[in-house]
Amino acid sequence: MWKTILRRVLIIIPEVFVLSILVFLLAKAMPGDPFTGSINPHTSLAHIHHLMKINGLYDPWYQQYWNWLVHLFHGDLGMSYEYQEPVTRIVGERAINTLWLAVFATVLTYAIGLPVGLYAGRHQNSRGDHAIRMYTYVTYAIPFFVILVMGLWIFGYLLGWFPTTGSIGTNVGSGFPAVISRLQHIILPGILQALFGLVGIVQYLRSEVIDATHSDYVRTARSKGVPVKDVFKHHVFRNSLLPITATAGYSITGLLGGSIYTETVFSYPGMGLLFVSAINYRDYTVITALVLMYGVLSMLGTLLSDIIMAAVDPRIRIE
Amino acid sequence: MATDEFLAIKDVSTAFKIHGSYYKAVSDVSLDIHNDEILAIVGESGCGKSTLATTIMGLHDPAETKIDGEIDFEGQNLLSLTEDQLNDVRGAKIGMIFQDPLSALNPLKRIGEQIQESLDYHTKMTEAEKKARVLELVNQVGIPNPERVIRQFPHELSGGMRQRVVIAIAIACKPDLMIADEPTTALDVTIQAQILDLLKDIQRENHAGIILITHDLGVVAETADQVAVMYAGQVVEQGSAQQIFDNPKHPYTRSLLRSMPQRDKENDDLYVIQGSVPSLQKMPVDGCKFAPRVPWIPEAAHEEHPSMHEVEPGHQVRCTCYQSFEFQDAKVGEVEA
Repeated sequence: MWKTILRRVLIIIPEVFVLSILVFLLAKAMPGDPFTGSINPHTSLAHIHHLMKINGLYDPWYQQYWNWLVHLFHGDLGMSYEYQEPVTRIVGERAINTLWLAVFATVLTYAIGLPVGLYAGRHQNSRGDHAIRMYTYVTYAIPFFVILVMGLWIFGYLLGWFPTTGSIGTNVGSGFPAVISRLQHIILPGILQALFGLVGIVQYLRSEVIDATHSDYVRTARSKGVPVKDVFKHHVFRNSLLPITATAGYSITGLLGGSIYTETVFSYPGMGLLFVSAINYRDYTVITALVLMYGVLSMLGTLLSDIIMAAVDPRIRIE
Repeated sequence: MATDEFLAIKDVSTAFKIHGSYYKAVSDVSLDIHNDEILAIVGESGCGKSTLATTIMGLHDPAETKIDGEIDFEGQNLLSLTEDQLNDVRGAKIGMIFQDPLSALNPLKRIGEQIQESLDYHTKMTEAEKKARVLELVNQVGIPNPERVIRQFPHELSGGMRQRVVIAIAIACKPDLMIADEPTTALDVTIQAQILDLLKDIQRENHAGIILITHDLGVVAETADQVAVMYAGQVVEQGSAQQIFDNPKHPYTRSLLRSMPQRDKENDDLYVIQGSVPSLQKMPVDGCKFAPRVPWIPEAAHEEHPSMHEVEPGHQVRCTCYQSFEFQDAKVGEVEA
């Protein structure tokens, strides 16, 4: 098994290489250039040409790519055109913010989603189940950003319970007050993200539980004289949770990648917001760095899911 | 042969709720089962055989089904027991063997665990005693290498081996009655014979009664002592295996027997019974339910409310239509015979 995991990790290297070329070319193919955003009536065309030239943007693409790659191997993702700071530093700061929010939201999503899904499946067609189903349909039907804006408006603006922007208060210093301030900033977006994110888990888990309830092995267990309560505990729940565990591996993409919607609506300076602004400003170095990171994260997420799956399902063995 | 009747099914009906109304899948079935005896329930798909089995086991959802009648088993009426009382009977005194060994076992649990589960709920054995009993059971159902198999998962075993595991689960607590619902249907022919032999051996050892549900008359001929033929939720003919095979009366029984493939006939065409079993919602409520499938018999030959008639001791037939029934191609049939 370890051999296979090692092989899977090694396969990721050529995958990342192909991905990096694609990412680089796609970023180049976008209309506009990094300097269009910063021109003013006094900027001469010659000056822009000069900037383009010294930044190597007139070189053939393979040469630009090669330069980028060489720097990448030195841990240098280049300078952000927008912020005039090293990309690694910007990404580093944003990643920490995103991690705070995403870990909170993900833990909350599973902490609420799993029991609610199991309950709905166990008590199919009960009042509780109807209420849960109604909730999932309504939530799923409303665009996510509408939920976010409504939440922001009601709890942030009208009630004023939570800060409406940023990831940490100003002048809070460090240590304990800083942690409190961070928590205040992630509670509302985190809860909203979880309330939306758990819908998929609940619906999926509910139908898994119902399927398992009608399966032949459950009938076998009941004909052994196992009480219904224990049948659910030992046979239904465990088997239904399996596919959910497997998808949990993919959530690491979100943990570092952030949520574009949540971060944009709450002006939360994380990876998602960085990504959107980088695209708006044609900040090539940041875009390529982020897309590359997303790509690597999804590959690792898939690998992680495969490993989890093999660990919990005896039918799947990585040979 | 002992003839203590220890399971008596009396006028049992099982009705399913479909769009708010109840439709009978089993209607007024009465059967007796004795220990040391194999009763075969025969009929085509949809005739209510499996529903009867799950009714005996109490596995129907009370919110979706309506069950009438009485099932007397060792002095208690199974239909009046609470869920907890039923759990003491299921697995302990009645064991059930299911049709599809592929899906009847939990894919995520080891074979040993799944067999032991019965013992967990019905015995006060210690962990070590249970382990020993599981090994003994696996051995008894003829699985080679028991020590290894109990640590394996269902997908690692062949279909025949899995069916043996299902049987081991059913007999774990030495039940007095075993219900085998099409135990050999999912298996290939050579394995079928082995499984049937195994069932007979176990029955002899445990002095259990067996209800064998099947649509395969070959299986019935090989194993059964008593036979009940079911059609559209009713028993249409019952008697000893010999009576049913040598002297079938009901048009349905005769048609079933005639549609069995036989090697020694020159004509390779199989006999086909016209039409099909009506769905629950389209089932005729009254009259002979087999009438639509033998339309050439005059209506007057059927009873208005078909009841069971004794044709010889222990051999009963429903409806009077058997008296005037002849196959449409009767003359051809005679020439062949």
